[in-house]
Amino acid sequence: MSAPPSSVVSPGPWKVAWIRLCRNRAAFTALVVLALLVMACLFGPLFSRYDQTTQDLALKAIAPSATHWLGTDALGRDVATRVLYGGRVSLGVGLLATMVAMVIGVTYGLASGLASHRVDAVMMRIVDILYSFPFMTFVIILTVVFGRQFWLVFAAIGAVEWLTMARVVRGQVLALKKQEFVTAARSYGASFGQVLRRHLLPNVLGTVIVYASLTVPGVMMLEAMLSFLGLGLQPPYASWGTMIGEGAAAMSDQPWLLLGPAAFFSGTLLALNTLGDGLRDALDPKGSTH
Amino acid sequence: MLRFLFSRLVQGVVVIFAVLVITFLLMKAAPGGPFSRDREIPEHVKASLEAQYGLDQPWYVQLGRHLWSYATLDLPQSYRFKGMGVGEIIAQGFPVSATIGLSALGIALMIGVPMGAIAALRAHQFEDRATMLVSSLGMCAPSLVLGPIIATVFGVKLRWFNAGGWYDKSDWVLPAVTLGIIYSAYVARLTRAGLRETLGQDFIRTARAKGVDEKTIVFRHAAKLAVMPLLNFLGPVAAGLLSGSFVTEMVFQVPGLGQHFVNAAVNQDYTLAMATAAFYATLIVLFNLLVDVVQAMLNPRITLAS
Repeated sequence: MSAPPSSVVSPGPWKVAWIRLCRNRAAFTALVVLALLVMACLFGPLFSRYDQTTQDLALKAIAPSATHWLGTDALGRDVATRVLYGGRVSLGVGLLATMVAMVIGVTYGLASGLASHRVDAVMMRIVDILYSFPFMTFVIILTVVFGRQFWLVFAAIGAVEWLTMARVVRGQVLALKKQEFVTAARSYGASFGQVLRRHLLPNVLGTVIVYASLTVPGVMMLEAMLSFLGLGLQPPYASWGTMIGEGAAAMSDQPWLLLGPAAFFSGTLLALNTLGDGLRDALDPKGSTH
Repeated sequence: MLRFLFSRLVQGVVVIFAVLVITFLLMKAAPGGPFSRDREIPEHVKASLEAQYGLDQPWYVQLGRHLWSYATLDLPQSYRFKGMGVGEIIAQGFPVSATIGLSALGIALMIGVPMGAIAALRAHQFEDRATMLVSSLGMCAPSLVLGPIIATVFGVKLRWFNAGGWYDKSDWVLPAVTLGIIYSAYVARLTRAGLRETLGQDFIRTARAKGVDEKTIVFRHAAKLAVMPLLNFLGPVAAGLLSGSFVTEMVFQVPGLGQHFVNAAVNQDYTLAMATAAFYATLIVLFNLLVDVVQAMLNPRITLAS
């Protein structure tokens, strides 16, 4: 990559990535779908005539219709309203845990990549050991430790999901450390902090964003799994996981109880994965603008 | 080679014991103990129970006793399943989980590898887009969605198989198909990525220039390298599948190992939780070692250095 002639204005790398993302039809659709979904979950419940916890046995187990778009459950609660409330929980959990994972993973990866060879080796052995640890046991013990403090459990999940992030960031730092521009900055007398802020962090940021976007669906899947096992959010509140769990139990008689929440859940995962792939292509320095 | 195997096995043992220590410390950090949930137990009975299992001793003595029992392979008893050794419990659940897990792995490879290969050979054409779309959909249908749907359609409605339980010879089919479909999506993506990457390399161009026909190039030259990312993925996945997947086993009510990972932690059954964790870690260590050996056999550029 050579510097552009001064007469041509080169868009910054972030702008290039954004242009590429918008040209990727699948990724752009995913972005729009996600934005709509977040808006619906945030503001939709305000316009709903129904409440997520009010039970009305006169309205129990109604198939989807004009008044109840996704039907009602065995306790007469409107499924569509509960899906929107549940979306707040599921998406919120995904973002929260991913943020925690990102902070820990990036810090650990940077430290490991910049540390001496010996310290680096020890830090990576620790990551290896944690990889061999049955993750579910850990998460369930955490639910026991934090009791029913739902949000803490997911902060803790984030504290476990950082392993891959740490590995990737370390790999990047090791590669960057040896590049000429870092050596050049050092020889100019740039301090460690300056090199870190001006050269290392901006260069790993792209990878971090890609991995973060791919971590969100993983965490959402975990939340759903825990809630499905009865260890996540407690009734009467809804998350997509609890709703899928309730729906699975009633699958043969009231299939809409599973299919409605499952469609939202799978649709969100699909959009997130597609967006993650799109981001990876868009932020790839080897890719082209066209 | 022997030196490599030996050093890796030593490392593996260290990892397994580290996992035992972490599990124990985590369980100790959680409030309560294995007997604190049984409310009907009078205080003095609970105290004598705890004394019997050595729970009244300081934590490091307990930890030492646990580790010693693993070092001498004299596995302790479960706190919750009275009179059963943790080894026995695992030995009961493992064949069930392994049957389902191995079949699922087979199904995933049989669907995923051809799909990914076709996608790679027809990059950016219709076949590629179609298979990648299907695999994207598969990645978004987790077992807690796919499992109940498959159980209802093939178990309850069509009655081809039992919707749940572990009675008939064919009861492995539905859980294995559920897991197989899910993992085939990942297998297809990795096969495609691996094959495309390999087909772009210099030695393939050389082979093409020499006039080697396309079939030989793909199956003899490229295939060996193309499976590398897939193998890396399959190591931990095989360990996870063989030690049972909780959700699928719960949906199909199968008495596999998965339930113990969940219940031992919920019931604070220290001994069983440590045993399942160690078992999982053992599988991870073994499969990662297997993957490394297979990769070294396939790729002459990799040497097995300790």
